Amino acid sequence: MSGVRVLVGTRKGAFVLTADGNRKNWEVSGPHFGGWEMYHVKGSPADPNRLYASQSSGWFGQVLQRSDDGGKTWRVAGDDRVPGGEDFTGKPVQSNKFVYEGVPGTHQWYDGTPHPWEFKRVWHLEPSLTDPDTVYAGVEDAALFRSTDGAATWHELSGLRGHGSGSAWQPGAGGLAVHTVLLDPTNPQRMFVAISAAGVFRTDDGAQTWKAANRGLRSQYIPDPNAEVGHCVHRIAMHRSRPQVLFMQKHWDVMRSDDGADSWTEVSGNLPTDFGFVIDVHAHEPNTVYVVPIKSDSEHYPPDGALRVYRSRTGGNEWEPLTNGLPQRDCYVNVLRDAMSIDALDPCGVYFGTTGGQVYGSSDSGDTWAPIVRDLPAVLSVEVQTLS
Amino acid sequence: MIRVALPAHLRTLARVDGEVALDVPSPTLGAALDALEAAYPVLQGTIRDHVTHRRRDFVRFFACEEDLSHEPPTAVLPPAVVNGTEPLLIVGAIAGG
Repeated sequence: MSGVRVLVGTRKGAFVLTADGNRKNWEVSGPHFGGWEMYHVKGSPADPNRLYASQSSGWFGQVLQRSDDGGKTWRVAGDDRVPGGEDFTGKPVQSNKFVYEGVPGTHQWYDGTPHPWEFKRVWHLEPSLTDPDTVYAGVEDAALFRSTDGAATWHELSGLRGHGSGSAWQPGAGGLAVHTVLLDPTNPQRMFVAISAAGVFRTDDGAQTWKAANRGLRSQYIPDPNAEVGHCVHRIAMHRSRPQVLFMQKHWDVMRSDDGADSWTEVSGNLPTDFGFVIDVHAHEPNTVYVVPIKSDSEHYPPDGALRVYRSRTGGNEWEPLTNGLPQRDCYVNVLRDAMSIDALDPCGVYFGTTGGQVYGSSDSGDTWAPIVRDLPAVLSVEVQTLS
Repeated sequence: MIRVALPAHLRTLARVDGEVALDVPSPTLGAALDALEAAYPVLQGTIRDHVTHRRRDFVRFFACEEDLSHEPPTAVLPPAVVNGTEPLLIVGAIAGG
């Protein structure tokens, strides 16, 4: 029987939520890695038992965890010891070794001065669509790394940071990070990344070279609102069947591109506010898009204390509030950029997590909602796997 | 043998309970950390930077009521640590309010 597995990263550990295809009765396991910040947990599309998790701590830095059994057991990637076994080889563990290629150089700091590139943490893990051992990591300070050995070792794809604008990139409030990595399912040479606060970049040659892809974005908070780079893009999303169409939640503005990010147009339409973090696309309707409007960049909570997902069935501009089962008063949580995901069942399920520790799910494409869990630590990321 | 006491999160990573005991070829702070990372490779990068070996900001080294955090790797450990009477304490600094 089909089912789903929801992978939740929080400020103080990871949780795995599982249910059958009805998505009514949930089993919750965790916390895994209790006390650590779990920025992202994601499964391989090529092998649903292969999971990757970014574990980090202000004290002890980055750790990369891997599961080969769907999250039942975990081990540090590259640490091949069996607990209690006599198989110790002394082999170095390098899955948390992220070294920028060449002389790293500088990017801009908040005060406009040059600041050396320094690895801080992995924000986002994007497993290959075809190979369980290949996974991409979007990191802070902004760079893209790839592993081809199941996260045991990492190598920078330095063409991104080598884009001519790299020295001018500045951090957003949360840091300077590659937070979104989209792989084109029809073209293995093409991928998109989004960086706060630089914008969208696209490669068409397997990450050798990158092009800034921000034409049409307009940001009043930078000196040149139409600049080629410098935009605080919060998240981009695509539907597998139509990878030339992209949707974006920018710092302010919801945007759409119909030409593979060559150009963007605003589709905020009738949203109550076009600030927000998450954006995602329906599993079976490429023109159906979900966002969670947030009041403003200084008020990181929903307008009017009412938590509403907005859905557009027209690819933007015309949005309807989805409120059934969501708190409609006294709600002041945020939904962070990696904290929404959509399963592939029919009707598709939609899931999102909040900074208040709730994970909400809808098994009818957003028409009705119910909390799966209410009291986790602040949720940083939500990913769902559809299991057959 | 030199005894090393790890903070709880690093004990979990290393899959050990309590202190660890290490054979250390020379009685210095750097040699003790080298031996620790050789015996427990999973700790590489969590105490010191992988490449520079610089101590992570919120990790501290204490022994015999002394703060060794700012000592160079060549610093000789106190005799009570070298002879195993006292442990080298690796501590996660108090931070976060």
